[in-house]
Amino acid sequence: MNANNSRNMVGAFFVLLALGAGSPMIFGEARFPQWLEVILGGLMSGVLYSLVAIGLVLIFKASGVFNFAQGAMVLFAALSLVRLMEKMPLIVALAVTVVIMVGVAWLIERLVLRRLVNQDPIVLFMATLGIAYFLDGFGQTVWGSDIYTLNVGMPKEPKILLESTFEGGILVSMEDVYAAVIAATLVALLALFFQKTATGRALRAVADDHQAAQSIGIPLNRIWVIVWSVAGIVALVAGVIWGSKLGVQFSLQLVALKALPVVILGGFTSIPGAIIGGLIIGLGEKISEVYLGPLLGGGIENWFAYVLALVFLLFRPEGLFGERHIDRV
Amino acid sequence: MKSTMRVKAAAVALAVAGAFGAVHEVAAQSANEIFLPVLVYRTGAYAPNGIPWADGYVDYLKLVNARDGGVNGIKIAFEECETGYATDRGVECYERLKSKKPVIVNPLSTGITYALTDKVANDKIVLFTTGYGRADSVDGSVFAWNFPLLGSYWSAADMLVQHVKKKDKSLKGKKIALVYHDSPYGKEPIKLLEERARMEGYQLLLLPVTHPGVEQKATWLQIRQQRPDYVFLWGWGVMNSTSIKEAIAVSYPRLQMYGVWWSSAEPDVEPAEMASKGYNGIALGHSDEKDFPVHKDLLKHLYDKGQGTAKDKKDVGSVLYNRGMISAMLSIEAIKQAQSKYGKRVVTGEEVRWGAENLNLDAGKIKALGFGDMVQPLKTACNDHEGVRRGRVHTWDGKDWSYTSDWYEADMKILRPMIQASAKAYAAEKKITQRDCSKEK
Amino acid sequence: MIYRETGQFKTTYASDQQLFPILQDRIFVIGFLVFAFGVMPFIGSEYLFRAILIPFLILSLAAIGLNILVGYCGQVSLGTGAFMAIGAYSAYNLAVRVPDLNLVVVLLLAGVFATVVGVLFGIPSLRIKGFYLAVATLAAQFFVDWLFARVKWFTNDSSSGNVSAPPLEVFGYGIDTPAQRYLFVLAFVCVFALMARNLVRGAIGRSWMATRDMDVAAEVIGIRPMMAKLSAFAVSSFIVGVAGALWAFVYLGSWEPLAFDVNRSFQLLFMVIIGGLGSILGSFLGAAFIVILPLMLNQLPGWLGIPLSTAMISHIEFMVFGALIVFFLIVEPRGLARLWAIGKEKLRLWPFPH
Repeated sequence: MNANNSRNMVGAFFVLLALGAGSPMIFGEARFPQWLEVILGGLMSGVLYSLVAIGLVLIFKASGVFNFAQGAMVLFAALSLVRLMEKMPLIVALAVTVVIMVGVAWLIERLVLRRLVNQDPIVLFMATLGIAYFLDGFGQTVWGSDIYTLNVGMPKEPKILLESTFEGGILVSMEDVYAAVIAATLVALLALFFQKTATGRALRAVADDHQAAQSIGIPLNRIWVIVWSVAGIVALVAGVIWGSKLGVQFSLQLVALKALPVVILGGFTSIPGAIIGGLIIGLGEKISEVYLGPLLGGGIENWFAYVLALVFLLFRPEGLFGERHIDRV
Repeated sequence: MKSTMRVKAAAVALAVAGAFGAVHEVAAQSANEIFLPVLVYRTGAYAPNGIPWADGYVDYLKLVNARDGGVNGIKIAFEECETGYATDRGVECYERLKSKKPVIVNPLSTGITYALTDKVANDKIVLFTTGYGRADSVDGSVFAWNFPLLGSYWSAADMLVQHVKKKDKSLKGKKIALVYHDSPYGKEPIKLLEERARMEGYQLLLLPVTHPGVEQKATWLQIRQQRPDYVFLWGWGVMNSTSIKEAIAVSYPRLQMYGVWWSSAEPDVEPAEMASKGYNGIALGHSDEKDFPVHKDLLKHLYDKGQGTAKDKKDVGSVLYNRGMISAMLSIEAIKQAQSKYGKRVVTGEEVRWGAENLNLDAGKIKALGFGDMVQPLKTACNDHEGVRRGRVHTWDGKDWSYTSDWYEADMKILRPMIQASAKAYAAEKKITQRDCSKEK
Repeated sequence: MIYRETGQFKTTYASDQQLFPILQDRIFVIGFLVFAFGVMPFIGSEYLFRAILIPFLILSLAAIGLNILVGYCGQVSLGTGAFMAIGAYSAYNLAVRVPDLNLVVVLLLAGVFATVVGVLFGIPSLRIKGFYLAVATLAAQFFVDWLFARVKWFTNDSSSGNVSAPPLEVFGYGIDTPAQRYLFVLAFVCVFALMARNLVRGAIGRSWMATRDMDVAAEVIGIRPMMAKLSAFAVSSFIVGVAGALWAFVYLGSWEPLAFDVNRSFQLLFMVIIGGLGSILGSFLGAAFIVILPLMLNQLPGWLGIPLSTAMISHIEFMVFGALIVFFLIVEPRGLARLWAIGKEKLRLWPFPH
């Protein structure tokens, strides 16, 4: 499967995707405003998944570890924030939570990553699974296991646009729009960080080749702490947005499982891939659930995302923007 | 090198010691106490609803010991066991606590109920499923050990249909959507709602939500498209609050939403704050009353002495707290009833089963217990393990619940044949011989 | 001193290739089996059988299946719960729709159904590797979860989605008491463990291990990757399917689709990793660890006399579980089986230092 062929396959996939998304309008009896709502809703969900996926990709790029604990970090960050907000104003609470996440990152690097330096990827993955369990229990021990309402001032009521043109208007969730804007800002900041600062360059060097980076004097351990801290901050932002929507509670960490098909689609090592993958997965999920779901009895969201990722993998095994896997014998 | 070997040896020693430690069972119960295991979930996706119920249940047991000195002088011993709403953990808790000779178990999970239904007959432990459980276990001739007291899900669904029918005079041509938790709990009312759809002429929309229920955007987008006249919510845990929030996000009027009695409590409406105003639920006879004599007793004997289970005094009297309290009360009354026939001593599971099957709590007795009208008069019998099936609708006004309808009673003319058919099928599958209720006393 | 091999020599190829070449090993294993089959049913308490031994045995069977796939063939699979579910529901449907079939046949046929689906979901492994394959198996997990919750035919149109196994009996003997169930499961596990052990010692096993170590090189020397990978999926799914059917019929008795959800898959993966990848004994050790740890953690506060709320105990369980996993991975990433092997090595020299 050479590069050209692979690109054609990807193109074919996108065409199929567009067809699939448009089919309810073309073949079914879906009305335009409702179809548009589902598309918008799907894209918004996708943005939220991307947020979690970006954290995953960051850590994988820099330390080669598939961080299953990202979901637990999202929950922990959100829990810390919401409990601290009970005692101090939002800005201060945010700052303290950032410090806490950096602390968590430092501890993880010190206690876990350093000891598991040359192990199998599966062992590292299991270690992050263990960290996830630990953070889960620790967070709930310290902060409690009720549902906490996270109020950062996001609007809850939707806006109905173009009511005059279309019957019923097009429902746009303002909260989701805010979330998308915040996510876009975060991505822009991350891009700036990676391209313009020295630390960002060091991170990119480490992501490229650990040994080469070490040989030119980049301190690997410190880079890992920085990467996990950045991932922690990304988790905090994701936690704020998800927590504001769903309330901060235990199930928040299950959204991490949704981020998996996103990184599969986008490639484990690419941030643009995480974003585009997120949009595709979000879109695919909602369209399938709303239009295909009733035919199959409902509840197909969960596996549809994974099957979509799986089908895509068959066309392009490394994901959209992932690095081609070269086996050396 | 030697230190790593020592660490590895320590790891092995730890593993082996633990293995031997876990193998022994819990010690047997002391002779002059009746044991009640308390299967709860204080962690996990369903904890927000499980915690107040557990607090209420345990508080009432503590109250009986503290205020009354036990049941006719016999103290109640209890032990909590965390199930996390998972069926296999529930079964493990049940098995572990069996050695303490429990008499009644109330697992607060329809899934665990199904698993335990097969076991309780052999183990001679009564299974109380107050306000949940198998709808067909109302028929005690097959389900001798199951007691879905106060109301099953078919009763709940029936009462909701009666209510909306009363509002609209006729349901013909209307659409009712059921947003349900994709588990035995959520699927239980479907049979009755389909039967009623045939009778009343409404269209039933089934919208399952996968555990844990935080992904509901697509569900509510579909509701926005289909515009059902009513939405019945059969959720649990975080699914409830998510449903209400998503309903707000698609501007579905809360006034047209009706939750079952497990989907209409404070943890479900409070996360959305004022926006959940107008949300309704069918109340299992009680709401969030806080001022009955039993509440005053709880505050006096437990909370003022620092013995209360709930984290905050203000939680005493919330909807789910009351329900746990009432469930515990029914357990105690069953034990009392057993003692009235078999002697004021430590009664066995079989004797308590007789007590549960011959419960007769009239309004006077309930008032004497301090529950006022939170519990409707209840009378069980061999072919009626539900006892009573009345409820009314309560609505959230942003700060509190208030009743907004008259009393409804589930229509046994419709339910009885369904219950009997289902129970018969179960008996045939499990090769159980049905008891003849007319022959027994 | 005791564990010496001096004086033990082999005169035939067959005796050289036997499963337990050292006499002490043979005595230990046979003694252990005699104890397990002959003595334990009489001395064990009901709680021991019902809550510890039966789940341990069934889960170790599933772990053996998963170990073949992940440990011996190197294909990461997070969908084991789905295959257990397929085994369980196939067994249920067979038992209900063809009531005259022998229970053992039902369980084995359930394994066959799981095999068919396992091979189907193993086909992507020919193109996808590593974590990507893990996610593909997750697709299988969620799809199967949904399938058994939604398609009513599988649950015999049960209104609640909950099904229960018919009363068990084989060859006219009922299997009701915990001791009988324990013996039934023990028999299955012994046969399957022996089968698995011999498979991995043979040519197929070696082709799996070659594929795991470097699949391109394996292909170069003539091992067909499709045969190796798909056979691994097939054997693994068969064993896991039978384990799932046993779990549902013998342990749970009555179950719903959530009994085999993604948490079960993770639990099995933990067992395999902690027990030791690529080791049959490791599957047993890992299963024992995972089954006993929560029970032990639950009772620890009681022994130490510290009164804790059940919620706190549960949270501490999670924390200790996570910490122990990380601890074991740091201390011995090759699992408990490696610790056992090291112990045996030391024992061979003991009491001499070298």
